[in-house]
Amino acid sequence: MCTVCGCGAGETKVAGEARDEAHEHVHVHDDGTAPGHAHEHGGAHAHPHGHEHRHHEHGVAGDLDYGAGPAGVHAPGMSQARMVRIEQDILARNNAYAAANRRWFDERGILALNLVSSPGSGKTALLVRTIESLKGKVAISVVEGDQQTSNDAERIRATGVAALQINTGKGCHLDGHMIAHALERLKPADESLFLIENVGNLVCPAAFDLGEQHKVAILSVTEGEDKPLKYPDMFRAAGVLLLNKCDLLPYLEFDADLAEANARRVNPKLTIFRVSATSGDGLAAWVSWLEAGLAAQRGKRAETVDGLRRRVAELERQLAAR
Amino acid sequence: MHEMALAEGVLQLVEETAMRENAQRVKLVVLEIGRLSSVEPEALRFCFAAVVAGTIADGAALEIVDVPGVGWCMSCGEPGAMDEVFGACPRCGGYPLQPTGGTEMRVREIEIE
Repeated sequence: MCTVCGCGAGETKVAGEARDEAHEHVHVHDDGTAPGHAHEHGGAHAHPHGHEHRHHEHGVAGDLDYGAGPAGVHAPGMSQARMVRIEQDILARNNAYAAANRRWFDERGILALNLVSSPGSGKTALLVRTIESLKGKVAISVVEGDQQTSNDAERIRATGVAALQINTGKGCHLDGHMIAHALERLKPADESLFLIENVGNLVCPAAFDLGEQHKVAILSVTEGEDKPLKYPDMFRAAGVLLLNKCDLLPYLEFDADLAEANARRVNPKLTIFRVSATSGDGLAAWVSWLEAGLAAQRGKRAETVDGLRRRVAELERQLAAR
Repeated sequence: MHEMALAEGVLQLVEETAMRENAQRVKLVVLEIGRLSSVEPEALRFCFAAVVAGTIADGAALEIVDVPGVGWCMSCGEPGAMDEVFGACPRCGGYPLQPTGGTEMRVREIEIE
């Protein structure tokens, strides 16, 4: 187990191997930031987060105030109870990992999406169809999150695309730290598509940012129209909703308009596509949306590269003027 | 059961602070949990008791400050109380409401000695 961050203490397995190997990765400091330097644990594989080293910076909460106890005084050698302000988000650590992942994706022009839904909504089938539509045009890699088995990763690998299975054991969601490890393994190409299929669960993954550009919620028409109201956190967190299995609508009493209205009631900004992974209906619009997202990420990367080039040119000019 | 992961997040923040302050033990942990956050306070309480066993916070009391939900109505443009993220505006009955408060999940402070 990593003694700095405690990762690998659980039953999480990355592609069948327990996650307790020696490794380097970002550690989050007390102020909630992830400075991105690698701690050596004698590990062999490098972490892709290459940021400059910053020393620990403790916030105001780090002040030692011996007059702050209930008694307002401090007698040497005597303990006294005192309150210490922390004022930090419970998810600060996960959010710092997610922010580091997001920066990593942006710098490389990678479009990362986090697919979330109940079990059985057709996430993997949709992924397979999406990969088939795009694999000639863009490099794709996939992370599959499930409590057990590598069945889903095998389904993805059958399409010829790299896939990594993360088994969360007893865990109910993927977290930012797991994705940082997955990036080390998968090494997604610059300007590629990085798809994360979260554990089938409409509750917990809503709270855990992985560093993705968007959460994509999948709701199938064999579920209830009121699911967005029953599980509002997930539909609020998502940027896109795919209403899947629409080829079955003629055989069901499912009111697709009502389902969309319920989803928009929770999240008016949702982009919604009606699709069928089986028949392929509606997938063209979803694939166009992905292509637009990929173009936007490429643009972001070009901006970063252009910005750095301008800075280098400016520094060279200053150096030449000396 | 992501309350377990959240309880572990709380314990991490508490342990780091307690270590930095050279505390012998943690007596009280105060959290702020918004009514519109994705946390069930009773489940968190249960998980907290489980994860602190054997740590510096073993036996610490847990105080959860309930932060009411507040939203801004996109129909009438007025602020109002919100009990659910999909709730209707108490003034005009319209949708949707944009939450402006009550989504927090924070460790506010701890009492140590």
